[in-house]
Amino acid sequence: MKLLTHNMLTSHVKGVTQGYPLLIKATEVKVNEVDFNPQFVSRMIPKLEWGALVQAAEELGQKQDLPDQVVADYEKDEEFLRKVHRVLLEVEVMEGCLKCPESGREFPISRGIPNMLLNEDEA
Amino acid sequence: STLDNMRFVRRSKEDKKIFRKQLKASHILLKHEGISTVSQPTKSLVVANGGLGNGISRAELSAVLKEIGEIEMLVMPPRPYAFVTYRSEECAQKAHVQLNGAKLQCEEHTVTLYLSYVKSVPCEEDVSVSFPMGLALLDNFVSPEEEASLLSAVDWSSSNDGVTAQKAMKHRRVKHYGFEFRYDNNNVDKDKPLPAGIPAECLPFLERCLTNKIIDVMPDQLTVNQYESGQGIPPHVDTHSAFEDAILSLSLRAQTVMDFRHPDGSLVALVLPGRSLLVMKGESRYLWTHGITPRKFDVVPSCDSQPSAPTSHDSQSQSNLTLSRRATRTSFTFRKIRHDPCRCAFPSVCDSQKVPSAPEPALPSLPTSHTDAAHLEEEYVHRVYNSIASHFSSTRHSPWPRVCHFLSSLTPGSMLADVGCGNGKYLGVNPEVIAIGCDRSSALIQICAERGFEAFVSDALQLPFRTASFDACISIAVIHHFSTPERRLAAIRELVRLLKTGGQALIYVWAFEQEHNKQRSKYLKEQSKEKYSMPLEDTHHVENVQCVSKQSGAKLSVHTNRTAFKTQDLLVPWHLKGSSLGIGSEPRTSPGSESERSLPVYRRYYHLFQQGELQQLCGQIPGVDVQHGYHDQGNWCVILEKT
Repeated sequence: MKLLTHNMLTSHVKGVTQGYPLLIKATEVKVNEVDFNPQFVSRMIPKLEWGALVQAAEELGQKQDLPDQVVADYEKDEEFLRKVHRVLLEVEVMEGCLKCPESGREFPISRGIPNMLLNEDEA
Repeated sequence: STLDNMRFVRRSKEDKKIFRKQLKASHILLKHEGISTVSQPTKSLVVANGGLGNGISRAELSAVLKEIGEIEMLVMPPRPYAFVTYRSEECAQKAHVQLNGAKLQCEEHTVTLYLSYVKSVPCEEDVSVSFPMGLALLDNFVSPEEEASLLSAVDWSSSNDGVTAQKAMKHRRVKHYGFEFRYDNNNVDKDKPLPAGIPAECLPFLERCLTNKIIDVMPDQLTVNQYESGQGIPPHVDTHSAFEDAILSLSLRAQTVMDFRHPDGSLVALVLPGRSLLVMKGESRYLWTHGITPRKFDVVPSCDSQPSAPTSHDSQSQSNLTLSRRATRTSFTFRKIRHDPCRCAFPSVCDSQKVPSAPEPALPSLPTSHTDAAHLEEEYVHRVYNSIASHFSSTRHSPWPRVCHFLSSLTPGSMLADVGCGNGKYLGVNPEVIAIGCDRSSALIQICAERGFEAFVSDALQLPFRTASFDACISIAVIHHFSTPERRLAAIRELVRLLKTGGQALIYVWAFEQEHNKQRSKYLKEQSKEKYSMPLEDTHHVENVQCVSKQSGAKLSVHTNRTAFKTQDLLVPWHLKGSSLGIGSEPRTSPGSESERSLPVYRRYYHLFQQGELQQLCGQIPGVDVQHGYHDQGNWCVILEKT
């Protein structure tokens, strides 16, 4: 699971109102090199919940010097875009779980794949 | 030793050859049969190559041996050798000198006899073998005149005339009267009598059987088998559910040997002389198998014993056996069709009483509740996809063009959710969009992950995506797997929830109508032409929706692949590794053949959408604008926009 995906995910447990962002408890994190496409990354930025991305990067110890706010004129800021590229597309959670911040329900991540299935009584 | 002595004796080349062969024969006998030969003369000799197993009859060997002197005993086991004991040692010596290396001319071939002295003739073990219970053999039951009359009643010249069922089997000729015995299911079609009943020529014989209380009821089925020399019939028990207890088998012309086998391994070989009647009842009919070994000679009791006496290889005195050459034999087997299940005392071999090893599970019903629906989908959708994931994925490599067109038309940088992404074949179509997939099947998501796509496991009714976060979503061949209208609607609602205002969703579902604008879908086209015989007009544009939609609670039916759909809710077989089945124009492997039918078959639940049904569902959701509805290769499709 890349942090791009994590940024789109929320807890869907029945009754939960504050389910975003999901907390990450990682036991294995991998950083893969991915071709840098500044245009692709800059198009992605407005789709993101920036705060959730920074929090996730922090949880994984991958924040480095990622700014807490989106910088102005980021389309032209290659250094910034490279930092975003790294946390969004290169950092991958392989093992661990996603935890609902409200209910505490944990969703396992195994071999990089989150299992977001709910039990009958949770849906 | 013998060899040392040989050095001082000049022997002809021929003598040496015989001597070598004799030594070899002795070694073989010792090694394989445990028969120890001696060099010192005795009264008894083993005659290698002079046995029933070499095709030497008792009469032939006996004649040769008797020329030498008076025989005390001739033992012929069913082996390629025999034992002879002469009255005197002198005679035995004389036989050794005269017959060792002698050629014996038989009916068909020549053998060279090799004789060696033995201390004693192996004593055959007299094992008593239980004779099949309920078996009876009645000699000379029909006269030669009756035999001729019965044989003349069978007209072998007309083949497959439809009146009698005649089949050229691999090992024999067969003709059926009254009812056809089907070798495909080892049973009879009890409601399909043949035009020709049992021939009138058989009636005097059958009346006699009734009068003599051999049978209680008149048979109504006759199977005539004709065996040439060398032909036979595999061991079998006549199907219990097909026929009543008593089975009559009349042997005409040549005799044969029938082998009866008990499940415990006991074997009883019975000589069936010409014009004899074999009656199988009870244990012999229900439990013992009977068959005829295909061969040209039978080892049978020699003529001085009672020919019809039941015998077995084990119990029959070996000194009393000879060969019988097979010739054409015709058997008339009379049976009575059974109309009630068999209730014999042998349930382990009874097809009426046997519990099927893998009982076919009862077909599920169309669900009436949310819980029932979830269970149906768990069993008939989720489990199936996880089981067939790898094979399914191998048949899903080409994206549909009109889905690709939708994906390519998206603005670069769009966030795209593929809900029910399967093996991820649409996730990489447009590299300019940010695509995330999810699917209910973890096995299919595993394939996505291996391909480097972002994907996770989720149910389409509870998507863990934040609301209004996607520019586009697609749901290709997913919503038809939900088994109630409420769940299908909920699945579309969930897609709409993900969309930002102005975001678009593309939905594909399998269409009930597999023909549109007079074009058959590829799904139907891909079936072989031979199979396709019914014009589709019957089901095209069905006006009365009620006649094809199932009421909830009704039993689901199983679809015949690549035919027009008969109902909207059904189970569609997936033949694992055989032909693949998918919706629309999916590439497939080779079409299903009969041989593939034995492979595992899974059944997936589908609700087939009728024209307008998908739009009608979307129309129930507020804030949805159905922009476009179309038919694409057997699917109903919509593009909707969140307003």
